[in-house]
Amino acid sequence: MPSLGADMDAGTIVEWRVGPGDTVKRGDIVAVVATDKADIDVEVFESGVVEELLVPVGIKVPVGTPLARLGTLARAGATAAPVTVAAAAAPAGHPAAPPPAAPVVAVGATHSPLVRRLADRMHVDVTHLAGTGPGGAVTRTDVERAGARHRASPRARRLAREAGVDLGALTGSGPGGAVVGADVLAARPPSPPATGAPDRTASMRQAIARQMARSAREIPHYHLAVDVDMSAATAWLTAANEQRTVAERLLPAALLLKATALAAAAVPGFNGWCEDETYRPADGVHLATIVSLRGGGLVAPVIHDAAALSVDEVMAALRDLVQRARSGHLRAGDVSGASLTVTNLGDLGVDSVHGVIHPPQVALVGFGRAADRPWVVDGAVVARAVVTVTLAADHRVSDGMQGARFLDAVARHLQRPEGC
Amino acid sequence: MTALADAPTTVRCTYRDAVREAIREAMQRDPRVFLMGEDVGMYGGCFAVSRGLLDEFGPERIRDTPLSESAFVGAGIGAAVAGMRPIVEIMTVNFSLLALDQIMNNAATLLHMSGGQFAVPVVIRMTTGAGRQLAAQHSHSLEGWYAHIPGITVLAPATLEDARGMLWTALEDPDPVLVFENGALYNMEGELATDAGPVDIATARVRRGGTDVSLITYGGMLPRTLEAAEALAAEGVSAEVVDLRVLRPLDDATIIGSVVKTHRAVVVDEGWRSGSLSAEVSARITEQAFWDLDAPVARVCSAEVPMPYAKHLEEAALPQVPSILAAAREVLGG
Repeated sequence: MPSLGADMDAGTIVEWRVGPGDTVKRGDIVAVVATDKADIDVEVFESGVVEELLVPVGIKVPVGTPLARLGTLARAGATAAPVTVAAAAAPAGHPAAPPPAAPVVAVGATHSPLVRRLADRMHVDVTHLAGTGPGGAVTRTDVERAGARHRASPRARRLAREAGVDLGALTGSGPGGAVVGADVLAARPPSPPATGAPDRTASMRQAIARQMARSAREIPHYHLAVDVDMSAATAWLTAANEQRTVAERLLPAALLLKATALAAAAVPGFNGWCEDETYRPADGVHLATIVSLRGGGLVAPVIHDAAALSVDEVMAALRDLVQRARSGHLRAGDVSGASLTVTNLGDLGVDSVHGVIHPPQVALVGFGRAADRPWVVDGAVVARAVVTVTLAADHRVSDGMQGARFLDAVARHLQRPEGC
Repeated sequence: MTALADAPTTVRCTYRDAVREAIREAMQRDPRVFLMGEDVGMYGGCFAVSRGLLDEFGPERIRDTPLSESAFVGAGIGAAVAGMRPIVEIMTVNFSLLALDQIMNNAATLLHMSGGQFAVPVVIRMTTGAGRQLAAQHSHSLEGWYAHIPGITVLAPATLEDARGMLWTALEDPDPVLVFENGALYNMEGELATDAGPVDIATARVRRGGTDVSLITYGGMLPRTLEAAEALAAEGVSAEVVDLRVLRPLDDATIIGSVVKTHRAVVVDEGWRSGSLSAEVSARITEQAFWDLDAPVARVCSAEVPMPYAKHLEEAALPQVPSILAAAREVLGG
C-alpha cells in the first residue's frame, strides 16, 4: 500500500485492474486505492507477471502492506524473483514511510515427480510457485495450497459476490483448504458497500480535521501579505495566449504557481518538511495545489519539480491534475511528496487567504482574486488588477524577514512574467 | 403431597413397550382397529411387541397369519378399503418384498385408480435394520425404497415418543402409512411421559441444536448420531442433529433450514449409498441450499455388501460413531 500523502495511514483497494497471470509493465495502472480523500490509481514500478493479489478489494490495510506479488522473469527459464507492488513513487526526500522491503523468495526452482503429478492434477503451474522446501524446492504442500486457493464453497462464492471480496486473495479454512463462508465474512469490510459508494465525504472531513488540528496544535504560524499589481502579468498572458490554441491557453493560475515555485527555490525555509522539530528542505519544488471536489471535500495533487517546468508545462500539468482529480483518477505519484501548498480562492471572490499549513510542510501560499483597485503609479491613482498574495509559514523554520523576502520574490516574478 | 402431584410423571420403558402401548391404545379407542401378522398372537410377535395383546383383545382382533406376506398384506388393504383400520405387521423389511406388489400396485394406487372413490387407511409396520447378527436376509434397511413410492407415507420412529405417538396419527390418516421400526431400537430404554400421546407425522425434528454442521439421520442411526454430536461438542464443534422422522414426504423446510444455518451437512443413513434416501436428501440440499453450502454434502452409509453375519464384519459394514465423526471433520475442513 503506497503512501499517497503524508497524512495517509491506510488505504483500501477499491478495484484491481489486473489479476494473477496478467503481464504488467512499468507504469501500468494495476489498482485503484481509496484514501480518505479520493480514489487514486496505483501504478506498478516493475514489469513482470502478477502472481498473486495479496489484498482483496474492500479491505483497508496500513501503508507499507504488500498488495500483490509480482514475478519478474529476468531470463526465460530463469528463476523469477517476486517483487512487491509498492507504487509509492515518492520523490527523493519524501518523508513518508520507506517502501516495504520486497520479500525475496526463490520461485519454482525444483520439483519432484510427485509434485509435478499433483500439480498437473490440480491444474497448478509449478513454475510460478514459491517453494518452501529445501533450497526453494516446491513441495507437495505448496502445490496443495496453491490448488486450494482457487477452491471456494458455493456459500463463499455467493458471499464474496455480494460483498465484492476477491476470493482468489483469501486463504481457505475449509475442506482441502477451500475458502468457506466464514473466510469471506472475516475478510469483508466492516461496512459492506450495500448502499453503493462509501461515504467518502465523512471520512475526508475526518482526515482534514485530523490534519488541520495537528497543524494548529504543532505549528506556530505567522502570516504575511503583499498586494501585487497584475497588469504586467495580465498583459503577458494576453500576448502569450494570442499565439496559442484554446486548448493550450495559459490561465493566470499557471503563472501564480510558477512564480511561487521560483520563489520557493530561491528563498530557503518554505519548501520542505518539518518533523520532530527538524526541518528538511526538499530537492525541487513539489507544489501541491488545492482542488475542491464536486460533492464536497478537497484534494491536493502535486506538480513535481515545478520550478524546473516552463509555464506551459505547469499549465499542462495543472489541467491534467484537475481533470483527473475531479474524475477520480489520480495516481499515487499525483498526491504524494508535496513540499509546499498553494491555495487560490480568488475564483470564489475572496480577497486574501490566511492559510493553515498542511503538516509536515512548512508553508502555504494563498492567492486572492485579481480585482481592479485604486493603485498609485508614478504619483497618480489608477485602476489596476491587484492580487493579494499571502504566506502562512512555520515559525520554527523561518522568520518574518525570510517570509518577506519570499513574498517579494513572488511579487517580482509576477511583475516580470517573461522571466517565469 | 401436592408437590408430587405437580411433578411431571414419567414411566421408564423400552421402545418395544412404547409400540405395544400405542397398539393397545388404538385398539381401545377404535373398534375398527385390529392387528395381524406372522406370530403376532400366540407367540407375542417375533420381537415381542404384541406380547399379551392376544389375551387382552382376543383372536378376532389379534390375528396370526400364514407365512404369506402378499396374502395378508393384501387382506389388510382389502379390510381398509372396506372400512376397517388394520395394523399389518411384517416381520422384517426383507420379507416385505413379497408384499411389494400389494403395497406398490394396490395400497399406493387405489385412490388414484378409483378416481378418488377408495382410500386405503392401512398401517403396515415392519422391522428394519441390522446390528443383531441376523445376517443378510433379516438385516437390511430398505425403507428408502418405499420412500420412493408416491401415494404412501413412510415413517421412521426413532424415539420413545414417536414409537408411542406415531401409530394413532397414522391410523387417522386416510391413506396407507408404513412404519419402520429399527430392530436395534426395541431394547432402547428411557423415560416416557405417562400422558404421551399422538404426534405429528409430517415434520422432521431437530433433536440437538447446533451451528457448525447438520447431521441428518433417522431411525436406528439417531442414537449413535447424537453420540457423535456429543463427541464433536467435546472437540468444540457444535453439531445439529436432524431426525427426519418422516421419510416420505420429506420435510424439506426443516432440513434446508438447518443446513442454511450450519452451511455443512452429513447425512447418516443405515441404507446403502447408491440410489438411497441419503442420496435424495443430499440432492435436495444441493438443489435448495447450494449457495449456502460451505462444503460438499457428505454421506455415511452402510457398506454396499449383503449384511454380514459375523459380528465384527457387521459392525464394520454399518455406520459407526467414528465414521460419522470422520465425515463431520472432513466437511469442517479438519
